[in-house]
Amino acid sequence: MAKFLGGCKPGECGVVVRVAGEGKIRRRLFDMGVTPGATFTVRKVAPLGDPIEITLRGYELTLRKAEGDCVEIREGEQ
Amino acid sequence: MKTYALAGNPNCGKTTLFNALTGSTAHVGNWPGVTVDKREGTYKKLSTPVGIVDLPGIYSLSPYTPEEVIARNYILDGAPDGIINIVDATNLERNLYLTTQLLETDVPVIVALNMMDEVEKAGDTIDVAALEKALGVPVVAISAVNGKGIAALMERAAALPQTRKGNTVLSGAVRKPIEEAFAYYVDCGVASPLFHAVKLLENDELEWERKGAREISEQIAAGKDWEAAIADGRYTYIAEKLACFKEKAQAAEQGVQLTKSDRIDKVLTHRVWAIPVFIVILFAIFHVTFAEDFLYIGAWASLGKGLPALADLGLSEGMETFVGIFYDGKVFSPGVILFNAFDTLFGLITDAVGGAIGAEWLLGLVADGILGGLFAVLGFLPQILLLFLWFSVLEDSGYMARIAFVLDRIFRKFGLSGRSFMPMIMGFGCSVPAMVNTRTLCDRNERTATIRVIPFFSCGAKLPILTAIAGGIVQQFAVGNADLITYGMYLLGIAAAIVSVLLMRHTTMKGEVPPFIMELPAYHRPRFKNLILHLWDKTKHFVKKAFTVIFASTVIIWLFSHLDFSWHYLADEQMNNSILASMGKLIQPVFTPLGFGAQIGEFGWVFAVAALTGLVAKENVVATFGTLGACLLAVKGDILGGITGDMLAADEEGITSAVAMIRATGISIPALIAFIAFNMTTVPCFAACATAKAELPKGEFKRTLLFWIVASYVVSAAVYTVGAWWWTIFVWLAASAVAVTLIVLFNKGKLPKIRKRTKGENV
Repeated sequence: MAKFLGGCKPGECGVVVRVAGEGKIRRRLFDMGVTPGATFTVRKVAPLGDPIEITLRGYELTLRKAEGDCVEIREGEQ
Repeated sequence: MKTYALAGNPNCGKTTLFNALTGSTAHVGNWPGVTVDKREGTYKKLSTPVGIVDLPGIYSLSPYTPEEVIARNYILDGAPDGIINIVDATNLERNLYLTTQLLETDVPVIVALNMMDEVEKAGDTIDVAALEKALGVPVVAISAVNGKGIAALMERAAALPQTRKGNTVLSGAVRKPIEEAFAYYVDCGVASPLFHAVKLLENDELEWERKGAREISEQIAAGKDWEAAIADGRYTYIAEKLACFKEKAQAAEQGVQLTKSDRIDKVLTHRVWAIPVFIVILFAIFHVTFAEDFLYIGAWASLGKGLPALADLGLSEGMETFVGIFYDGKVFSPGVILFNAFDTLFGLITDAVGGAIGAEWLLGLVADGILGGLFAVLGFLPQILLLFLWFSVLEDSGYMARIAFVLDRIFRKFGLSGRSFMPMIMGFGCSVPAMVNTRTLCDRNERTATIRVIPFFSCGAKLPILTAIAGGIVQQFAVGNADLITYGMYLLGIAAAIVSVLLMRHTTMKGEVPPFIMELPAYHRPRFKNLILHLWDKTKHFVKKAFTVIFASTVIIWLFSHLDFSWHYLADEQMNNSILASMGKLIQPVFTPLGFGAQIGEFGWVFAVAALTGLVAKENVVATFGTLGACLLAVKGDILGGITGDMLAADEEGITSAVAMIRATGISIPALIAFIAFNMTTVPCFAACATAKAELPKGEFKRTLLFWIVASYVVSAAVYTVGAWWWTIFVWLAASAVAVTLIVLFNKGKLPKIRKRTKGENV
């Protein structure tokens, strides 16, 4: 079953497989470095449970779980 | 003069480099059609000076944010002689992504590799020569903070060739369609054909504006998703090259070391502590800027013997004026001290001018009308600037992004993002800086909605209205608690803001919640020079406005309140014969549903007039109470129940004047509360209006004015009717239910298309 970035827990890491989603969000994800093949580590979840923070391409990126659900991932490679 | 554009990611030190290059020559304007700062200046240390244009901080040249579109249009159509691409050497991977796009244009490019000192400090090395060879354009290592390498950078920039042919780092299967699109653009005869060709394959909406381009792109793309391939291709190229010319130090290779930034983040975005820490920081900001009792020294002292009041210190008159700036039985906060200092200075000027003028009407016009109006607005400058300062510190240090991260969950529910929180909360201090700082919001709808509700967050100048009326209610009717009324009114404002945003997002501003995909920059110390330059810009801007729009409006209001229709000058006490009073009487019936209209008799216009003068600056409302109180005393002293002129003169908070107005008109409690509610939610002061007009997208200001009028009218009508006849709450609930149902049905497409306005409706 496909796994998505939006469902990841803090500490998990993986590789981006595919980015779905509508034009604007997809473009923004690409521009921020969320492209197929990029490795990431989930750093933390915001206190109220929603946006998540990931480390990717040497910097910290935050995105909502809903936006993370556009990003299909493969777990556990770093 | 040659002109160079400064382009780079946000948080890469671009502002610092710009300030170092241009110094005092910098000036701020707006990019055409949008409210994004356009900063320009001159670099003078070359044999011939060159112009520098600071482009907004961007990650890419995509067409979705105004910043990206501005940068792109300037690079392609603004004919710069070169682009200085500033790159953060500590984060090459993401920063070079923009560089690969800039290289595709035909504009000459030079790369400024910033923060090289930090890279070296971490023990890493970057082979600058290899990077230069790989990119094919000059690369110069600099440190913008201490000015290292800037002279070398500019010398090489000046030596850039006149033209350059764009080249792409993309390779493999994507090359063939790019070449086809390239040929198409060469045929069209546009500049930078390669850049356009790549963008066309990325399904770029701006490229589709060219007639026939969309068909061509579909033909070339042949159903393949090139967008992902191109983004991936850029990053793959960067990653491959990076491996060659960047060497990491041994320690970093192990990868588990926590940086300083991570350690700060552990507290500031902690699962439990994040929100309490944030509340403390917010409280500290407001305390330092607005508190009358700094660090509660006065309150602590009053547990013991208490501090002596200013008048009891036995100082000489001049000394007392001076000490009064800092102290009166309690120590003032820095913001209040600055405010008092300005206030005292303005008072001295007004007195000096007053002494030099003989004629009473001229004295009134100059001292009360012109200087009074101007100083009323300028008096807030210190506190406005302090709020700007705190906001810039939070923004520059990287904490603002974390606030957005922590609070986004709440704001998404209302169709906004966490970024809109700070501007709103700053509204409690002053709407002007709050509205300007909505510039950090990238979504147009989000910005408009935020600017519209900012006045509902009751600002510092509205507090005196609350104090005076709430105090008047308690004194006259001997009911309730003034603090409770004040607190309730603040809550009412917040509720009005929430309801308004929800309504706007479901009616006139439909559309998706703006995406929240952003960088959390590493924390760093804000640069003092950057902060000061930023504040200086804001000061110039505000003072200019104060001397033009705001100045003109205050003089007009003063003239209206001191002239009758035959253009005779009226003293303050005769205000009831003035043009303004006639206008008040004329519009008085409009306020009948709000409780302070026709039903409060022949002197009822005082409330209408007070509200009108509030348009200049909200503290005028209470000042008008004072004037009108004296006015009522002169005409109707017998019904005021023993209020004397001396009592009014000693009445600093306007409570006695409010009581005088209550007694003269026989106004009811619900109507008084409706009056407060009206002032809190209606059109804000001239300074805020001028700011809103400048900050809102074109054409939105008129609709925003209408929104404020409708919203305040509905809110105070609800307050009044429910307060006067409790059962009307059911009428309001029913009306709200009907409105909500209609909106839901309409949005589901189950209603015939009709134009309706439900924005200001109360729920």
